[in-house]
Amino acid sequence: MGGAPADTGGTDEAPAAVVEAVFREERGRLLAALVRRFGDLDLAEEVTSEAVEAALTRWPVDGVPPRPGAWLMTTARRRAVDRLRRDQALAARLAILQAEADRAEPAPAPMPGGELPDERLQLFFTCAHPALAAEDHGALTLRYLAGLTTPEVARAFLVPTATMAKRITRAKKKIHEARIPFRVPGAQELPQRLPGVLQAVYSIFTEGYAASEGPRLQRLDLAEEAIRLARILRRLLPAGREVAGLLALMLLIHARRDARTGPDDELVLLDEQDRGRWDRRMIAEGLDLVPVALAGGPPGPYGVQAAIAALHVEAADLATTDWPQIVALYDVLLALAPSPVVALNRAAAVAMRDGPEAGLALLDELADEPLLRGHHPYPAARADLLHCLGRHADAAEAYREALGLAGTEPERALLRRRLDAIERLRAPGT
Amino acid sequence: MKYMLLINASAVDEDGGAAGCDVSDWMAYDKQVREAGILVSGESLADLVTATTVRVGEDGRRTVTDGPFAETREILGGFYVIDVPDLDVALDWAARCPGARGNGAVVVRPVAEFGG
Repeated sequence: MGGAPADTGGTDEAPAAVVEAVFREERGRLLAALVRRFGDLDLAEEVTSEAVEAALTRWPVDGVPPRPGAWLMTTARRRAVDRLRRDQALAARLAILQAEADRAEPAPAPMPGGELPDERLQLFFTCAHPALAAEDHGALTLRYLAGLTTPEVARAFLVPTATMAKRITRAKKKIHEARIPFRVPGAQELPQRLPGVLQAVYSIFTEGYAASEGPRLQRLDLAEEAIRLARILRRLLPAGREVAGLLALMLLIHARRDARTGPDDELVLLDEQDRGRWDRRMIAEGLDLVPVALAGGPPGPYGVQAAIAALHVEAADLATTDWPQIVALYDVLLALAPSPVVALNRAAAVAMRDGPEAGLALLDELADEPLLRGHHPYPAARADLLHCLGRHADAAEAYREALGLAGTEPERALLRRRLDAIERLRAPGT
Repeated sequence: MKYMLLINASAVDEDGGAAGCDVSDWMAYDKQVREAGILVSGESLADLVTATTVRVGEDGRRTVTDGPFAETREILGGFYVIDVPDLDVALDWAARCPGARGNGAVVVRPVAEFGG
């Protein structure tokens, strides 16, 4: 991979479809290279769009050029230069910016074979810069690296378009006016900055894997976009073990997507999933990455989570799952990245290893965690264990609590089913 | 690009130093900023009890009041204006400032550029 997809060039079939495929792959790269060159997100975005429009008009007539990425780049660059000629003031400012940027960091040498240099990594770090609000990192990444429109980004994060437009405008203004640089942090800073980038990608994935609210449980397009972005990151940072860990984690979770919902989009939990419907190719790819993430030093949180996901997919069923090792990995994770949600997951694993009583005791220790208040998996997990212990009245109450907190309809439906089952148990005569 | 580093300290001791550092730290930092050739200006502000506030009402009348005093935990103790290429460099300098230690904080504000 990498470089212009030359194999799609020169064909006569459906140029519009080819443009779309090319554009999907090239847009972020194009935008990043233009931002790097002109230091201006707005200008880069406008000329990128113009280049694609030009391609949509020209390619059906002239055929798709042999190197579509380079064609788009040349076209976009010409448009940018035209604009700068028209706007002398902007040109002068950009010239200063460019001179400063070159002084700070010499421009990368052109790639051999005339391929486009890949400057997307810079853009990843800009979108997830700590000087920007953490909640905007995922949005900016979707907007500028995945090429979603603002309404699409708004839909992804379930906020009104106007709100998202305001947030993106504000962030863009800050990037421009506070001069947040387009650069990859140096080796010293990288360990601090990379988690922000990975978090941005993972937040896109989690929104896709389990939407926080709405009628549908999964938003597969978002999950796939996050995986695509992680693959790009992995190509750009091949030595990044946490990048490998994040990609592995997402692949191993996403491999279960078809089994996670039933025919009516209802939620199917791990213990009831048809494991034959898991995506074996994706699992194989994920499993290959886990050792990469874990080898050569203490593992990071994504690597450990990927290892946990690997143990789940390697087991034939819930009973033969290696729960002792999963609990041990949660202990490692808890030490690396302590959080009540991790503690909750660990408690559930302990319940599988040592029985519901032990799990429930751990859950009850978490009762006062403010972060778990309003988090429906907490009462739902309690309810399941109470149910196992035969404490049906308590279980019903916990299910009701979870029902009030769950954000998507499929989750609510599952909880309602469980609650109904318990209530039938409690009132056998009726 | 010019950035203003606003040094907010939770409390100022008798030497004018913020918590977690002493006067020699400030002198060393000041020297670094000067020698790096990025200093535009910088001052340490006198004790907050010496502050005076002026307001002009709609009728053009001036109101002068004593203060403000430290109603919030953080007070502006001084500032630097530095000229560096981008925000990352400005943040690096801010992080090296003794005022960022302890309970202090340094707020980085780009200076607006007009014209051009």
